[in-house]
Amino acid sequence: MMTSAIGAFLAASVRTASPLAYAALGELVTERSGVINIGLEGVIITGAFGAVAFAGAGGVAAGFAGAAASGVIIAVVFAFFVVTLRADQIITGTAISMLGLGLTGTLYAMAYGKGGAALHTPTMSPVAIPILSDIPLIGPAFFVQPPVTYALYLLVPVVAWWIYRSNAGLALRAVGENPEAASGAGISPSRVRWKAILFGGMMGGISGGVLVLAQVGTFAEGMSDGRGYIAVAIVVLGRWRPFGVAWGALLFGAASALKFLAQAMGWALPYQLSLAFPYVLALIALATLRGRAVSPEALGQRVAHVR
Amino acid sequence: MVVRGGTDRTVSERAIPSPLSLSLRDITKRFGGTVALDGALLTVRGRTLHALLGENGAGKTTLMRIAFGMLRADAGVVIVDGTERRFRSSADAIGAGIGMVHQHFLLVGAMTVAENVALGVVSSATGGSRFDPRAAAARVRQTGEETGLLLDPSARVAELPVGAQQRVELLKALTREARLLVLDEPTAVLAPAEASELYRWLRAFVGRGGTVVLVTHKLREALQVADDVTVLRRGRTVLSGRCSDFTEASVIRALLGESAPTARDRVAGRAPLTGEAVLRLDGVSVVDQAGVTRLRDATLEVRAGEIVGVAGVEGSGQHELLRVLAGRLAATSGRVMRPDVVGLVPEDRLRDALIPEFSLVENAALVGAGSARGRMPWRALTRRVAQFLESFEIRATGPQALASELSGGNQQKFVIARELFSAGKALVVDNPTRGLDIRATERVLRDITNAARTAGAAVVFHSSDLDEVLGLADRVYVCFAGHVSEVRKEPTTIARAMVGAA
Amino acid sequence: MGSIDLAHVFAAFWNGAFGSSFAFFSITLVRATPLLFLGLAVSLSFRAGLLNIGADGQFLMGAAAATSVALAGSSSPRMMVLLGMLLAGIVAGCAWAGIAAELRRRFGVLEVISTLMLNFVALYIVAWLVRGPLQEPSRTYPQTESFAPPARWPLLFPGQRLHLGFPLALALAGLLWWILTSTAIGFRVRSVGANLRAAASAGRIDVERTFFGVFLASGALAGLAGAAEVGGLTWALYEGISPGYGYTAIAVALLARLDMRRVVVTAVFFGALQAGAAAMQRDADVPSVVVTVLIALVVLGVLAGTRVRELATARSRSVHAETL
Repeated sequence: MMTSAIGAFLAASVRTASPLAYAALGELVTERSGVINIGLEGVIITGAFGAVAFAGAGGVAAGFAGAAASGVIIAVVFAFFVVTLRADQIITGTAISMLGLGLTGTLYAMAYGKGGAALHTPTMSPVAIPILSDIPLIGPAFFVQPPVTYALYLLVPVVAWWIYRSNAGLALRAVGENPEAASGAGISPSRVRWKAILFGGMMGGISGGVLVLAQVGTFAEGMSDGRGYIAVAIVVLGRWRPFGVAWGALLFGAASALKFLAQAMGWALPYQLSLAFPYVLALIALATLRGRAVSPEALGQRVAHVR
Repeated sequence: MVVRGGTDRTVSERAIPSPLSLSLRDITKRFGGTVALDGALLTVRGRTLHALLGENGAGKTTLMRIAFGMLRADAGVVIVDGTERRFRSSADAIGAGIGMVHQHFLLVGAMTVAENVALGVVSSATGGSRFDPRAAAARVRQTGEETGLLLDPSARVAELPVGAQQRVELLKALTREARLLVLDEPTAVLAPAEASELYRWLRAFVGRGGTVVLVTHKLREALQVADDVTVLRRGRTVLSGRCSDFTEASVIRALLGESAPTARDRVAGRAPLTGEAVLRLDGVSVVDQAGVTRLRDATLEVRAGEIVGVAGVEGSGQHELLRVLAGRLAATSGRVMRPDVVGLVPEDRLRDALIPEFSLVENAALVGAGSARGRMPWRALTRRVAQFLESFEIRATGPQALASELSGGNQQKFVIARELFSAGKALVVDNPTRGLDIRATERVLRDITNAARTAGAAVVFHSSDLDEVLGLADRVYVCFAGHVSEVRKEPTTIARAMVGAA
Repeated sequence: MGSIDLAHVFAAFWNGAFGSSFAFFSITLVRATPLLFLGLAVSLSFRAGLLNIGADGQFLMGAAAATSVALAGSSSPRMMVLLGMLLAGIVAGCAWAGIAAELRRRFGVLEVISTLMLNFVALYIVAWLVRGPLQEPSRTYPQTESFAPPARWPLLFPGQRLHLGFPLALALAGLLWWILTSTAIGFRVRSVGANLRAAASAGRIDVERTFFGVFLASGALAGLAGAAEVGGLTWALYEGISPGYGYTAIAVALLARLDMRRVVVTAVFFGALQAGAAAMQRDADVPSVVVTVLIALVVLGVLAGTRVRELATARSRSVHAETL
């Protein structure tokens, strides 16, 4: 009884962590270029809406493609303001979040009727990986997940390799640390940042797609529920490293899933307060994780006259 | 760890085929209303060391940035090796064989030497998109041996001393097959001994077939080491040719455009040898947040009416010393004696002394704002600023003018006026004439002298220009690696002390 | 979904905001009240260079604290309850901001992230309170009991819903403007926000202390906004009492270019926006969430306009940094 509760808890952790990890991984790349995007919330919800819009017509695959594309589109707006116009990143991000939430809410209400019949999209079912899924406790949790989560398992090491072992990754890191130096070396910080932001947009969009197509199966106004902001916190927690971010996402997933474990174990925990637990955990973690500042030097700065 | 003996020559040094020549003709460049270059001319012969001289603001850096593709000229041509080139970016210039080492290094502190050198280099050797740390490290070592720039590839750049960082910049340029090197004010951050070392390396580079353009305002040094010289003044070329064709005096005249002040005519007078010390440090140490000891056991004193000069290479602790004296930085240990309010004229006035978008009145209010109470006395402050404008001959439209509207020289005068007013007893000045033209420099130095002689303040000032220190100070202290010691007011002694060889 | 009759939509919008004295006083200005408080809070902190986007959470905590006082003191004299609610709102908002301020000071946690997290925590605390300790007696709905008359703030005009909160906010706007322009404290705040290094070096201003103070003051204002909302308008606490006021307040502050007096104007403007949007949904069938889009577009528009202007002047004036 206890093991099955723990097993369910672990599986729920991974499930909750999956969209967080997608968004956080994308934000990681964005922040490594020196840009902080708290509009990620808007990106995720836009991706979720894109998933709904396209899955209805073309199934799950189209849904994910639509999610990714939608995320990129709203990220373009963000990149234009932050890189081309060099506007303040935090204020722009807040506006982008509002834009995404507002637009998707409006479009959804207009297209599918407010409070009308619930919309159902095709979903992606979990697929068990032979042998691996038989490992006690961990197996069912990590290896009986929808394929999009397996793609994530592969993406993390790929992104890590790309950041540290490719010339493009070297350029990315340089832009995030000292854009003038990168410019002097013939790299265009603007171009690198555009690409980094769009990558973050794609990943954030997919994150929304995961919510709709691999979990909930429908769209609801504001269903991103603060995940974009948590993803930003996860990047800090993960020390701007891909594997750190993956672990951070898992930690958050566990914190969210804790309420199910609590119910199963019969712990007395007011439901609403347990919802707050991930956020409190984030604060505690941010405060207690010591170590020298490892954020990219140029994070959040406006680059003066570098082309 | 940095390998010592940075620029030793070795047998495996490589010769440079086909030396590069560079010619810039009729270059004009405007920034908004300011004309930076007005038909400037520069002809650099291959396999020479060419000194490009000029005062601050003459246009030297702008000209070379155009040569390096960082800026586009409004008019004129750039000719490399006989072919006219239009560079769209510095990547084009690099491709043409030109490398530039900027005054403020363009290095990524958090990355290693190898990573900095590999940055932006798309070479077929490493297979295009992959970055191999070991291959990059090997290249650093190999190029190092070929050129005499020995560096540890895995060292983090932020932890290297300034001289080593400069070598990284040189290595970067040479890794990209630069045959013509442009160095912008390279010795500004070096001790005299390191500067000599650099010049030796540059001459060896020229000997191997390279070309060097040395952009500097340090006339004497440059003339000693260069083959050819060009002088810019107010965006125009006023002199060019072989060094052997000119005397130092004629070059100075071209540089300044008028009879140069042979002796700085300042208010004469000597400091009283007796009198109370106004500023005193006793065994003061400063350890920064990272745990690095910036100032060790410093002992120093300054009397009323005295001008004490502080000399030292970048990073020797003089900035910390000045800030402790001014009360802006707390000592970690030791005793500090100073008046309540000590005026500070910092090196970077736009960052540390003024708020550009505030009016002069508001900037005047900054002094003592930290402990002010109640209402702000705007009327009194306005009257005070009007007084500053008059007595210090500051050119501004009025007390309500924004600080950003003033020229560099006038901003500096304002800061000095403000600090002197608030702190009659002690004044600390850090590199006050940086970026100022000749007239403003003279004015500022005169104001500083007056502050001591006439107003009786204890003045401490630091300048990276040794001549200034020698000309102005009554006594001289030298900072080296955090240690502070008083030395005899004599050029060679000071130069030696600056590298710890006293 | 048929085609949208734009004229009808605009008419509904305009009437909803300004069409009648009721619309103006009881909806537009009432909607503007929390935005005014919060706009001041955000402007103050942005002026100092502090990115406090936790106004929403501080608002909620202020509302919750004031509600507790209102419910507890239902049989006390009106003056006392009123003052108690004011105080509770201020203290709660202050304390909630204080958490982020301390996290920033002691652990270097970016206030952008900590205030965002705290917004969510506050949200769930309120959700718990209205389903738990503070829930109305019949235990059916997630909200508190309606406040007794002593706890209801005085209304300004008979027949209108405009309450004490509005003039209070106006007075605070004037006070803050005066503080910023005429007092030493205000000057310190402005200096730190304009140029941190110069403020610290030339002004010898204790930058961290200034930040801390601004953080707390900003939180206090936001908490006061919450108290005014429950005390003056809703007379109860429920989930969703803040439809993202804290974020709208950022737009309010930005559009006012962080000037305390202009915030009054922009707060009324956004209040009108919300009033119009509600009417638009009611009368013209357009979802009111579209106002979020409008607000976002306003912010982006202001940003674009400002940046384009700045870039243009920089290009034409630009003195090359190196030649100085």
